Amino acid sequence: MKKNFRGLFFTPYVLWLAMFVIAPVALIFYYSFFDIHHNFTLSNYQEFFTSGTYLTMTANSVLYAFLITLFAILISYPMALVISKLKHRDLWILLVILPTWINLLLKAYAFIGLLSHDGLVNQLFQFFGLPIQHMLFTDSSFILVAAYIQIPFMILPIYNSLTDISGSYIRASRDLGATKWQTLTKVIIPMTMPGIKSGIQIVFIPSLSLFMLSRLIGGNKVITLGTAVEEHFLTTMNWGMGSTIGVVLIISMVIVMLLTNTKRKRRRA
Amino acid sequence: MEDKASKTGKIYITIVFLLLYIPIVYLILYSFSKGTTMTNFQGFSLKHYGELFADKRMLAIFLNTILIALLSSVCSTIIGTMGALAVHNAKRKHERETLLSLNSILLVSPDVIIGASFLIFFTALKLPLGFWSVLLSHIAFEIPIVLLLVLPRLDEMSPSMTNAAMDLGATPAQILSKIVLPYIQPGIIAGFFMAITYSLDDFAVTFFVTGNGFTTLSVEIYSRARQGISLEINALAGIMFIFSLILVGVYYLIETHNARNGRKKNLVEVTDR
Repeated sequence: MKKNFRGLFFTPYVLWLAMFVIAPVALIFYYSFFDIHHNFTLSNYQEFFTSGTYLTMTANSVLYAFLITLFAILISYPMALVISKLKHRDLWILLVILPTWINLLLKAYAFIGLLSHDGLVNQLFQFFGLPIQHMLFTDSSFILVAAYIQIPFMILPIYNSLTDISGSYIRASRDLGATKWQTLTKVIIPMTMPGIKSGIQIVFIPSLSLFMLSRLIGGNKVITLGTAVEEHFLTTMNWGMGSTIGVVLIISMVIVMLLTNTKRKRRRA
Repeated sequence: MEDKASKTGKIYITIVFLLLYIPIVYLILYSFSKGTTMTNFQGFSLKHYGELFADKRMLAIFLNTILIALLSSVCSTIIGTMGALAVHNAKRKHERETLLSLNSILLVSPDVIIGASFLIFFTALKLPLGFWSVLLSHIAFEIPIVLLLVLPRLDEMSPSMTNAAMDLGATPAQILSKIVLPYIQPGIIAGFFMAITYSLDDFAVTFFVTGNGFTTLSVEIYSRARQGISLEINALAGIMFIFSLILVGVYYLIETHNARNGRKKNLVEVTDR
């Protein structure tokens, strides 16, 4: 009796899966085998893996994404830890979420003002007697702004896993004579690994492809995989090469997912 | 719950909160400046808001953005809810897991990949880029989040409720409209609001599939910001900030309402774009 009904729900959803999930990914793989003159070829991959530009670009994007993720963890973990101990922690975590509801481009735009030659940061530098820095359009400003944008997304999963820890574990570790530091490193951090891992997933993958940030903040100095995809698709119209870089991005995404998903799988087995 | 945070901890989070909010405050503060740059505050004025409201092009873009957000959220809420029902009713465990992992592909993919692949897809279909391609893309990337917000509600619904209804002679249509939909309604509303914010927030996907004639606010901000500082954008930021405050407020009300009705999941877990 329920059969017909199920078909009714299934059809639109499965249609969506086929059209907007499977077909586009398949098309990107397909296009990666065509050069700019629509000839079937492996030359895109050959070019990618032999040319110095693409390899350094890949290495750079991975390095940038790694640094962004690292800074995000270093700032977010203590933040989540302290918030989870506060009395009105729900309210404080809401304050962490609030900036994520503001359009990313507006936040990037704010930094154009903050980091500019006469901006607030340089005014502070002058106040402390430091020389004026050219911060805009450098790779460190790109990493700074990207980390700023990603920090709330890192705090949330860590905070969630911290609040999932039952207080009795902490008390048990205290009773057994562990110092605060030992409780943190031997009990709390291992128990929040799932949170850290999903934070890495949420932050690292998008950081590989923040082309709007590298354009607005990094100038044209910072070229990541995302910038290259955007350029090949929208400027030089070399969709084949763009798709090839896209495939590389997809593969790195899958690798990150596999590396950060080990825990869940182990538990299920 | 007692307050167990140490003093250093509190100082630390104060500093991080300050850093988190300084750019936003700075941005909005300068929307009230008389000057034209984001460096020297030159006295209070509302002139940039005046310019913004007089800007017919901006108004059209604003209306486009809202239209896309509302239409795409309605469609994605309907399809996403159907998807949740489909996943919930999946018979075998691996069927459910396959559907769920396919569902999450668009949630975890980098925006450029979604944008680029949709661009190829629309071009292959010979669909002209513009309003429709943007609308379809927004529907497409909002569906998975709606599903993820509706599914937990469905899963926690006790099967005895539908069984009882069936025993009492309800038809499948009656079960759906009288029992299932009212029960999962909070999840559906939460999904709808989350879909709206996804749509309003999106830049990269829209940027790829928008073509030349059609623009949304994010794309417009990007192209203006590339030309440098214009305090009209700051005024726009001020308005969008208030807009998002209202959305957060509504969303939070829904969530606390849900929590009171026995559901403990919070929005913290789904805010990963």
